[in-house]
Amino acid sequence: MPSAPYHPVPQVATLSHVTHRYGPVVALDGFSLKVWHGEVLAILGPNGAGKTTAVGILLGSLRVQQGEAKVFDRIPGAREVRVRRGAMLQISGISANLTVEEHIEQFRGYYPAPLPSSHLMAIAGLDGLGRRRFGKLSGGQKQRVMFALALAGDPELLFLDEPTTGLDLESRQRLWQEIRDLRQSGRTTVLTTHNLDEADALADRVVVIHHGKLIAAGTPAQIKSRTAGRQVRCVSRINPDEAAALPGVVKARNRGQHLEILTTQPEALVRELLDCDTELSDLTVASIGLEEAFLALTQDGKKDSEQ
Amino acid sequence: MIDQQPITVPSRDHRIGFVQDLWIYRREVHFEVIETWREPAFIVPTLAFPLILYLFFGVILAVHGVSLATPTYGLAAYGVFGVLGPAMFGFGVGLAQDRDNGVLLLKQTTPIPIGAYLFAKVLTALIFGAVVALGLFLMAAHVAGLALFRWQWFSLAGVLLIGVVPFCAIGLAIGAWVKAKSAVAIVNLVFLPMAMLSGLWIPINIFPSFMQDTALTLPAYHHVQLALKVVGMDAGQPLLVHIAVLVGQTIVLLAVAVLGFRRAGTFETRGKQ
Repeated sequence: MPSAPYHPVPQVATLSHVTHRYGPVVALDGFSLKVWHGEVLAILGPNGAGKTTAVGILLGSLRVQQGEAKVFDRIPGAREVRVRRGAMLQISGISANLTVEEHIEQFRGYYPAPLPSSHLMAIAGLDGLGRRRFGKLSGGQKQRVMFALALAGDPELLFLDEPTTGLDLESRQRLWQEIRDLRQSGRTTVLTTHNLDEADALADRVVVIHHGKLIAAGTPAQIKSRTAGRQVRCVSRINPDEAAALPGVVKARNRGQHLEILTTQPEALVRELLDCDTELSDLTVASIGLEEAFLALTQDGKKDSEQ
Repeated sequence: MIDQQPITVPSRDHRIGFVQDLWIYRREVHFEVIETWREPAFIVPTLAFPLILYLFFGVILAVHGVSLATPTYGLAAYGVFGVLGPAMFGFGVGLAQDRDNGVLLLKQTTPIPIGAYLFAKVLTALIFGAVVALGLFLMAAHVAGLALFRWQWFSLAGVLLIGVVPFCAIGLAIGAWVKAKSAVAIVNLVFLPMAMLSGLWIPINIFPSFMQDTALTLPAYHHVQLALKVVGMDAGQPLLVHIAVLVGQTIVLLAVAVLGFRRAGTFETRGKQ
């Protein structure tokens, strides 16, 4: 195991014991977070885990109810902070009537030292779309405009809330590359995602949030090793108790006529299964969702019957 | 362990000077006007309707003596109607939409002062209101052949444009409370009855007295009375009453709007310290 990350660099943003409620719903529950200068930090968690709330507080768009939030050592909504920060939010869209160029011009005008338009258009892959109205763009193109707007002010700190949701593969790769380039130039990026592969591809550090609580933090490799499970599913006469003794099995249960096994060593497990039961059928191996992986690894098997 | 140093980011100028702020205001107005101009659902009813209604009721029918509105009355009444539309639809519905679709949230993460955002919306309403007023004036002078003193033209223009403020306050109050989907319906539910009861289409003295009494509570009524005073056709209530009611209602509506924003968490950009 690698040692804990070592940070001889200053922190640019912090959340300290932040609790946030929407009525009776607790979105963040004593959540703490540090963002270090120059890193790409991924906030990873299933939908509804509190990622967007955490970002909302760091952007100053949500009032701090309990705890403390600081960005560049100031309150997150301060204008000095907003000048140095860019954000891409999960919003349904900006004005359909303005062209891509006009939107970019408008946002550039908000900052004292914006990036050139041509540069923003190129970064976001919008070349040739400048004159098109926002409302006439495809979903992926709209998302890229939002990315360009987030970069308009040449921010030192960039927040990307689920930036690749709805993007096609090519756009996603391009965005990933752009985030890596930003890191090269010393920018700090905080991104939220429910996709472990995305966190793995981009982040220096991952924090995992679930039900508003921090449940794991570390390098992508560390997090991955904890969630590397695969779900093996088959119809077999092997029962869950027998399966529990097979390679890498974390959990095994029957669901309907299927046997479901969570394992960290899918290849070895499948070999054993086929050896043990030559009649075995309907075999699938699938990666498991993040939520499932963490639930599986943080709970014992007792609650299975409830699902 | 190395001590945590203060943040050492390359020194850039993060200040936004007064002059750049002025530019932000100016550009925000520029883009708001473009955006609004390209919205046919807004442009057609707000710009064309007052002109068409005035031409029909205030000029053509009035000339033939079958309309209750004379060209002079119609100029004041449809003028108020003309500034009411952009303020309530452009401002009220526009704000509700920006809140719903996240535009306001996104802008609040940028350094734009919230004042610039609101100013752009008010000024856009003013500009479109002025366009309608100008159209009405031209029609009154050249089609209806209306002859007013120069001071009357100017005073009327001034009164009409000042009306943008109380009407934007109505839009603001509605936009602060309702969702975009219902905003158009609610604005219409306020806009159309208020226009009719205030005498913006036909003089209200033909209405039953309880309806005339209702008019006394409506900002558009007091505004149109101010406009009618310029041409000597008002109902005779004191000037100060109209001004006091308009100012009072504007203050109340602004308070209603602030409460709405508080409830929704809009415009909260300050963390607890």
